[in-house]
Amino acid sequence: MKLTALTLAGVFVAGAALANGVAPDEVTYGEYGAVEASLSGAEGNADKGREIFSTKSMGNCVSCHAVSALPDVPFQGEVGPMLDGVGGYRSAEELRGIVANAKMTFEGTVMPAFYKTSGFIRPGNGYTGKAAEGPIDPILSAQDVEDVVAFLMTLQD
Amino acid sequence: MIFRMMTAAAAMLALTAPMLAAGGADDDTLIINEDLEITTKAAAAPHLDGHLDEVISGWHFRDDDTQAMEMDDFDNPGMIFVDQGIDQWNAVEGSEEKSCASCHGDPEEMAGVKAVYPKWNEEAGEVRTLQMQMNDCRENRMGAEPWKYDAGAAINMEALLASVSRGMPVNVAIDGPAAEAWEMGKEMYYTRYGLLELSCASCHEQNYGNYIRADHLSQGQINGFPTYRLKNAKLNGAHGRFKGCIRDTRAETFSPGSPEFVALELYVASRGNGLDVEGPSVRN
Repeated sequence: MKLTALTLAGVFVAGAALANGVAPDEVTYGEYGAVEASLSGAEGNADKGREIFSTKSMGNCVSCHAVSALPDVPFQGEVGPMLDGVGGYRSAEELRGIVANAKMTFEGTVMPAFYKTSGFIRPGNGYTGKAAEGPIDPILSAQDVEDVVAFLMTLQD
Repeated sequence: MIFRMMTAAAAMLALTAPMLAAGGADDDTLIINEDLEITTKAAAAPHLDGHLDEVISGWHFRDDDTQAMEMDDFDNPGMIFVDQGIDQWNAVEGSEEKSCASCHGDPEEMAGVKAVYPKWNEEAGEVRTLQMQMNDCRENRMGAEPWKYDAGAAINMEALLASVSRGMPVNVAIDGPAAEAWEMGKEMYYTRYGLLELSCASCHEQNYGNYIRADHLSQGQINGFPTYRLKNAKLNGAHGRFKGCIRDTRAETFSPGSPEFVALELYVASRGNGLDVEGPSVRN
């Protein structure tokens, strides 16, 4: 019985990976906002995550969060908490939930939801100031979120 | 910062260093042309209870070089546009062959006007910004074409009218017939727009004093508008700034002169009640 369940779970994960993971509206958040499984179905790449974290046109996380491990990245923000050691006191599941939609963990937080596509007020088309046309893409892809989480997990005291 | 004060400031540095590291408002004093002291910090109006204790001009969140530009009219690039506004003030236009000066005299006669706008207009039954009132004059008294909202000529004139009210406290009315627009503006201020789900308050109430990338967040006060921005090297109106801010939340923004921005201007101006008019200011 256990073996069967494991086999089924294995098939499910493989299927999710083939279907490009979990769509933003389908993500299941735990009671405290954590997300158990990879959103893309694949593992994150910490080096790619570091780039997404630091680059204005990508995640731009550094706009609000400072990280000592990125001495080459100027103008680190202070709107959100500094993230040194966050990989030590948060699990990957918690960090995945916070990056995807931090409001599920911290009610009312200023932090934007990076893997969300509905429920917005006057959604725009990028930074044009015009209304969004057609389906909205999340700010980060499922794999982008996984990469950022992998990078955050490298931040150990 | 005045150079005489630097020694005292240096002596204080050990005490204030932790605060400076946190990026808060500085303690400098804004005196324009070595003569006119501007109230740049004031107790918050009662309607801000539970939101802000003190209201602070954006001047305090800028570096010393930028602050200094506003302390002398010869160094303030915004005053070039005030000069253009004076030319416009005296220019006869329209079917009635009148200028602003024909009815109002010198621009200095308008001292205090900017401080109470936006303002309810009983006859029109609406809250009007200063630019709306200027265009009412142009269309109905001068027989001239209205100016485009927040564009060159209108901003120049608003800057002129602000400049003659410098040093007078902002005091916009929020009750009575203005209350409806004020409530609408307040609701907008706390609405989290766009894909980034940010409200005005997310940055300018909850995070003023903090850095967001290289930008030092202020309280978003508009007592210094129109403001000359080093970033785009021109005078900027409050509505243009509102438009840009909401756009930057990845939202469908609103247009300058729209009823939404008129309401928001009334509300944001009221958050600065008690601060002195300081336009045209100089900012990043």
